[in-house]
Amino acid sequence: MSEILRTDLEPLVEITMRVNGVKRTAAAPTRRLLSDFLRHELRLTGTHVGCEHGVCGACTVLIDGTPMRSCLMFAVTAQDHEITTVEGLAESFEESGTGAGTGTRTGTRTDTGITTTMSPVQQAFIECHGLQCGFCTPGFLTTITAYLKENPDPTETEAREAISGNLCRCTGYQNIVKSVLRAAEIANERGERA
Amino acid sequence: MTTKMFGAPVQRREDPRLVSGNGRYLDDLGQDALAAAFVRSPYAHARILDIDVTNAIDIPGVIAIYTHEDLDGNTTERLPLLIPHPALTNPMTAYCLSPDVVKHVGEAVAMVVATDRYVAEDACERIKVDYEQLPVVVGLAKSRAAEVLVHVEAPGNVAAHMVQEVGDAAAAIASSPHQLTLSLQIERSASMPMEGKGVYARWDSDEQSIRLYSSTQTSTGVRAAVAAKLGMPLAKVECIAPDVGGGFGVKIMHPWPEEVLIPWAARRLDAEVKWVEDRREHFISSAHERAQLQDVEVGFDDTGRVLGLSVKFWHDNGAYTPYGIIVPIITSTQLLGPYKPGAYRVEFFSMYTNTVMVTPYRGAGRPQGVFAMERTMDAIADYLGLDRTDVRSANFIQVEDMPYDHGLLFQDGRPLMYDSGDFPASLAKLKALVGWDDFAAYRAQAEAEGRRVGLGIGCYVEGTGVGPYEGGHIQVETSGRVNVSTGLTSQGQGHQTVFAQIVADELGVPIESVFVTTGDTRRFGYAVGTFASRAAVMSGNAIALAARNVREKALRIAGEALEVDPGDLEIVDGIVRVKGDPESSIALATVAVMSNPLRYAFDESAKAATQFAHTGAMDYSKPPVADGEEPGLEGKGYYSPTQATFANGMHAAIVETDPQTAEIKILRYCVIHDCGRMINPMIVEGQVHGGVAQGVGGALYERMVYDDAGQLLNASFMDFLMPYASEVPHVETDHLETPSPLNSLGIKGAGEAGTIPVSAVIASAIEDAEGFPITSMPISPDELWNLRRQHAEGLIPDLRRGSRTTSNSPTSTNA
Repeated sequence: MSEILRTDLEPLVEITMRVNGVKRTAAAPTRRLLSDFLRHELRLTGTHVGCEHGVCGACTVLIDGTPMRSCLMFAVTAQDHEITTVEGLAESFEESGTGAGTGTRTGTRTDTGITTTMSPVQQAFIECHGLQCGFCTPGFLTTITAYLKENPDPTETEAREAISGNLCRCTGYQNIVKSVLRAAEIANERGERA
Repeated sequence: MTTKMFGAPVQRREDPRLVSGNGRYLDDLGQDALAAAFVRSPYAHARILDIDVTNAIDIPGVIAIYTHEDLDGNTTERLPLLIPHPALTNPMTAYCLSPDVVKHVGEAVAMVVATDRYVAEDACERIKVDYEQLPVVVGLAKSRAAEVLVHVEAPGNVAAHMVQEVGDAAAAIASSPHQLTLSLQIERSASMPMEGKGVYARWDSDEQSIRLYSSTQTSTGVRAAVAAKLGMPLAKVECIAPDVGGGFGVKIMHPWPEEVLIPWAARRLDAEVKWVEDRREHFISSAHERAQLQDVEVGFDDTGRVLGLSVKFWHDNGAYTPYGIIVPIITSTQLLGPYKPGAYRVEFFSMYTNTVMVTPYRGAGRPQGVFAMERTMDAIADYLGLDRTDVRSANFIQVEDMPYDHGLLFQDGRPLMYDSGDFPASLAKLKALVGWDDFAAYRAQAEAEGRRVGLGIGCYVEGTGVGPYEGGHIQVETSGRVNVSTGLTSQGQGHQTVFAQIVADELGVPIESVFVTTGDTRRFGYAVGTFASRAAVMSGNAIALAARNVREKALRIAGEALEVDPGDLEIVDGIVRVKGDPESSIALATVAVMSNPLRYAFDESAKAATQFAHTGAMDYSKPPVADGEEPGLEGKGYYSPTQATFANGMHAAIVETDPQTAEIKILRYCVIHDCGRMINPMIVEGQVHGGVAQGVGGALYERMVYDDAGQLLNASFMDFLMPYASEVPHVETDHLETPSPLNSLGIKGAGEAGTIPVSAVIASAIEDAEGFPITSMPISPDELWNLRRQHAEGLIPDLRRGSRTTSNSPTSTNA
């Protein structure tokens, strides 16, 4: 991580982190924000940047399971940590595989024969029209995923409170509140936690 | 199809992609492109004396630095005046890069292109610009005083002056039994999409062509403007709006300097170049809206019926007027809402200030107009001691009056003529939903508990679906896949879903086989854009027409194959079949094969269309493609209406104001909404929710705080208070569907509706709670607290409150 690879341009360091369960390494300047590192070095563009000053929450990722604003962190500070981005929320399994439990699912079959099943939070957003333009959505999804782990059966007031650190300009939040409650339901139906 | 798609709350086809991180927004594209950043003016009005790039150009990674001097051809000239108007006598537009005098903080002065955005911004910081500061005009008062001019070309700081009059308003007011005057004010806010603007350009030196991606609400508009600015044939410029992270109006403005400069630099450098706006840039160099001062004079009779109305207002258009005077024109016409005043005169001045320019933001001038009209209605009710809904009822245009011609010209240059609506029915629904008649009892109970509550109302009519036109193209592939394209763009409205719903019904195919593309000039070159709540009306109807054309062609071909009259055929679930004899059928996919006579079979199904494949007897006197036919199962449709459709709605809110702290809390928010037939009620509801949230932001939290030097003091999300979930109330909705007679689908637009009356509604409710007039929005607890103090000192009059049914007024206590 401290090794300087180039001196002509900006010094680069090798940064390694576990992202969505996979060990990833890339070189970046020490000043590279984690949000930019994920988006541009690792090309995981699902994490969005809405303000770059930690207010909107669009860039929220889970670091060792805890929601954090990736625009307020340098990538180097995430060295050796476990990161979950929106790309890592869906459950992937082989064509023949089955997920645990029952309940409604939206599965996306990819060319590689891998089927991904939406996580309860993703599924709830689809069912409840919890997104419009979709730009803030990844930050909500990660935030809510972590929240429901701590509080699997929130009340409506608690659900609203849980999302009140993220900005959305499209939905007026009503259907996002609904999505939180529905996600808890789906997780219970599937016999799993969100 | 057994299930009708139109009208069903179909889940969005966009969503699986967007919730899994697979959206493709502007900054997700062009990962290897060079990055641009801009040096922007730190002064609101200043002459550029010198630009010194010496310390910047040698930074490793910097590729180029451009100032106005480096530009060439049409890029050296001012940006276009998009919407000229005879009343806009002193239009001014900006340059791509300022050549001499900057007119607002944030105006672009130099552009850096580097290998990386971080490096480009390093270089921007090292570019030294010497300025001579000039006197600054901020706010309408200073602009009207005109001691300093924003542009020497615009005397009095007036960009436009316009008057429209129906009847003799002055005489009607003078001869009315009662008269009132109101002075009103509304502040600036902004669209503030979560994704800012962004441009990514790829120059192809082999083909001498540009492919441009922009986070825009009009890819055809950007394409045409860029071709003109770069001096290129239209055929060599493509523009694509990828996934767009919200627009709300600001992205209908075009071309932005960056939309010209990024492709210009890409061509010049023979490289891919990308610019992504950061949040501060969006605050200081995009566009704002809303600020107006309004003087209202009204004459009315004992029932509250308005006999004459005269409105004069001053509209702050900021430093430039590229989007013309659309916003004040909309204010001046849509102000009338669901009412028919005896005589109406409106006069406005569109004024220059050294601030970010003003272009439409969701609602586009309507929130200001509705604020003026609804404050007036409340004032009349208070003056006469009548219920506020009774005064509104006395002025409603009735169902039998439709279509109703106001005798004014609307923003599309066509008559302001309402097509539909049932205002008394909407009001009845609203009163029932909010419990209007039970509120007195609720208030009495609240007052007994020491709480202060108020009920507010606001009504509006919204011209939606303005022309000139949109088009749609549908092609059925031999696999049965149905490709739909329309030129206008999407920013979260769910077009891939609602347009697919229309096609599924019209064509008779499963919605799963329909794939919609929007905002891609490679697929559809003729379009206007997504604004004015027009996409569903315009492209929806165009696509329906295209689907009917394709259906007709499919039935014709199938009729020949099945040897039946096309009139006896139907298409169900992608199968063309004889009505009443489903066994006699042919798949639409097969019809697509047959529609295109082939020499070469490219797959198994294509063999059926090759020249030796036919079985029965052939009529060799006929050509393979019949006269008047074209190969392929595809069709186009254009929808160009004679006028706009007019949606409408009525909102009511109950607010509570804290007697001590003046904190304002919305307890309930109720919406009655009439956008004609709804394609997808789930999506319409979502639009209403989001609109109300933006309205609440504009009513209670959002404003642009400029100091006297023209610095925007709150240009971040830390300081510009966009509402979180904790600030937005639960919205209760009910719908009335009065179909528009103007289009076969009966739809009217829904996009902006939720936002329009909110400031008026909240002002009405706070006024009702406090007992003195609220004349300026937005309002903060601090401002309300100060108003209470002024009211206690006798500087603000009491409401008459003749209509109040409870006895004790809470107003002057605790102030």
